[in-house]
Amino acid sequence: MKSNIFPAIKLTFVCLVFFMGIYTLAVYGIAQFAPNQGKGEIISSNGNTYYSNVGQSFTDDKYFISRPSAVGYNAAGSGGSNKGPSNPDYLAEVQARIDTFLIHNPGIDKSEIPSDLVTASGSGLDPNLSVQAAKVQVKRIAKIRGLAEGNVLQLIVSNTEQPLFGLFGTEKINLLKLNIALDKLK
Amino acid sequence: MNTEILGVILMYVMVIALAIPLGRYIGKIFNYENTWLDKIFNPLDKLFFKLSGIDPTVEMNWKQHLTALLTINAIWFIISMLVLTNMSWLPLNPDANPSMSGDLAFNTSVSFVTNTNLQHYSGESGLSYLGQLILMLWQFISAGTGIAICAVVFIAMKERTATTLGNFYSLFVRSCTRILLPIAFVVAIILVFNGSPMTFEGKDTMVTLQGDTVQVSRGPVAAFVAPKQIGTNGGGFYGPNSTHPLENPNYLTNIIETVSISLIPIAMVFAMGYVLRRRKLAWTIYGVMTLGFLLLVIPSIMNEMNGNPAIEKMGIAQSYGSMEGKEIRFGSAASAYWAIKTTCTSNGSVNAMHDSMTPLTGMFTMLGMMINSFYGGVGVGFLNFYIFIILAVFVSGLMVGRTPEFLGKKIEAKEMKIAMVIALLHPLLILAGTAISSFLYAGNPAEYAGWLANPGNHGFSEMLYEFSSSSANNGSGFEGLGDNTPFWNIACGIVMLLARYLPIIGPVAIAGILASKKYIPESNGTLKTDTSTFGLMVFAVIAIVAALSFFPALTLGPIAEYFSLY
Repeated sequence: MKSNIFPAIKLTFVCLVFFMGIYTLAVYGIAQFAPNQGKGEIISSNGNTYYSNVGQSFTDDKYFISRPSAVGYNAAGSGGSNKGPSNPDYLAEVQARIDTFLIHNPGIDKSEIPSDLVTASGSGLDPNLSVQAAKVQVKRIAKIRGLAEGNVLQLIVSNTEQPLFGLFGTEKINLLKLNIALDKLK
Repeated sequence: MNTEILGVILMYVMVIALAIPLGRYIGKIFNYENTWLDKIFNPLDKLFFKLSGIDPTVEMNWKQHLTALLTINAIWFIISMLVLTNMSWLPLNPDANPSMSGDLAFNTSVSFVTNTNLQHYSGESGLSYLGQLILMLWQFISAGTGIAICAVVFIAMKERTATTLGNFYSLFVRSCTRILLPIAFVVAIILVFNGSPMTFEGKDTMVTLQGDTVQVSRGPVAAFVAPKQIGTNGGGFYGPNSTHPLENPNYLTNIIETVSISLIPIAMVFAMGYVLRRRKLAWTIYGVMTLGFLLLVIPSIMNEMNGNPAIEKMGIAQSYGSMEGKEIRFGSAASAYWAIKTTCTSNGSVNAMHDSMTPLTGMFTMLGMMINSFYGGVGVGFLNFYIFIILAVFVSGLMVGRTPEFLGKKIEAKEMKIAMVIALLHPLLILAGTAISSFLYAGNPAEYAGWLANPGNHGFSEMLYEFSSSSANNGSGFEGLGDNTPFWNIACGIVMLLARYLPIIGPVAIAGILASKKYIPESNGTLKTDTSTFGLMVFAVIAIVAALSFFPALTLGPIAEYFSLY
């Protein structure tokens, strides 16, 4: 045991310098060539900057609304609801979200509401919506903003992100980009 | 074909296509053969040994290997305690996060040094960047420990009689620098260019498009996440791990991170084939592991894609499946696939919340941890499997009336006793822990009301999961559990310690004892261990010893919940 202690301490220190120091600095150095110097991907609109990957809360009827979030989309923290699939309080909450949505979106049948719109994501910061979750809001948005439904629908189509290489994963919409584009639509 | 399913198939094909050549490379490293990276790593390793005053050529027997391993791990634990309890005034703390309490620091230090990475804190508010970086160091070197000790067992399995089995420090440094470092570096670079932050600046404040003021937590995320994924560590930079859009920004990074989870665990099986020159045995073991993995993953993907029946009844569309706790950019198929990968391999990172998955998927994630050897952790997964091989050799030896032999060595009473103790330790720790916590909760539900986020059977599953995760050195959780309390911090800490070191000591002792025995060349009377018949035998032993021990507990949790929902 004894003969191992000092070599082990010294080896630990060498590992500390190398893996904690040199490795980190090497990645940091390369990050300076990445978009926005590794401080997170940014998009700008009207002089404001936003993190394009981090979801924002949209609750106002004039915007496409975002998914529910356990942390209210404040990225100082993050997390999911951790509610189990059979939890009665949770199921009542989902039912209430469906009812609220139907009140805000008259003329929509509940079979058109996709489940992602009434369930919270794992991070509480999901930047995306499913295509159906955007489409089901077209009627409301067109009415409030005085736009033709066809134009709003066209906006959804042009903001739809295809699966990776068209083959792998889900089809989705970046909600922030969609709402920025919506603000610009006349 | 459904693009979500295609994505899952791509991830599996990629991992096996990479694991076979990587296994060959790892085998060469353990054999001290030349590789194309020697030009960089020979001088680097020399520098490591020169500065530490270690002679890497001194041969060690199995007991010396274990002493070296336990000593250096104890030192890491002490350093970790010192840093975590003093973060508030140490440098690299731009968000002015507090130091950890004693019991939380104990839990976290044990958790990261044992390669478990159970997290009873949330990274954004619970750690400074120095704290994050010291934990990142353990993510490298605790994984290196597992790989090195597995190499010792490979060396012991060679066809000869020997008492010395290489040098622990040498195998450890080679595992860290030549295996973990290059892969981690590549993964980190891919993450940086896909939007994971790599900065030392603190939280950013901004006004959203709708006009709310929020903050965005940043940090050296990319460097941290890479070793987390490849070393079966799993401790996330952010609280909800790889669900976070800065820790796992898009489907491409999700592919890279998912492939990273099981790359080295699978490669270790092929590395064994290379070191022992027994490719057929490697394929047999890989086959058994894959059979088990597929049996868990296929129903899980189906369950998640079908959605939650209670929500189905509300009459809304579930075309994306069960979406509570899941991210749209991954979808339910890739989330279920990750969930089973991460629990089968003792990684424990998540890209969706396991607590919110449908009951049977929850059960399959727990079974992955309870069995803990369908690929398993880096290095230690193979050691767990080794125990099951020893048991299967003994059982089948008795069945056909032959002397139980494995790779030319007789298996006798002493080895069998060790193997039985190790095989039974895992159920003991999980079931005893769950029993104690359930007893406490049932005795005084008001006092422990903060523990469970969900009532009934699902609440029981939360406790069962926590102990399964601790004992499997996994680290994921049913995160509804309010686990930052002295009871959970200390109980899980003790379970993690026992469940890390005893299952390392046992197989190394067996392999060391077998190595010193007389080598008996194979004959017609030898039980063949590289056939599919023997593979099925191992699978049966796993199913009977591991899976069935947990059946009563699973009945009370996920199975009962299943019948209440469907």
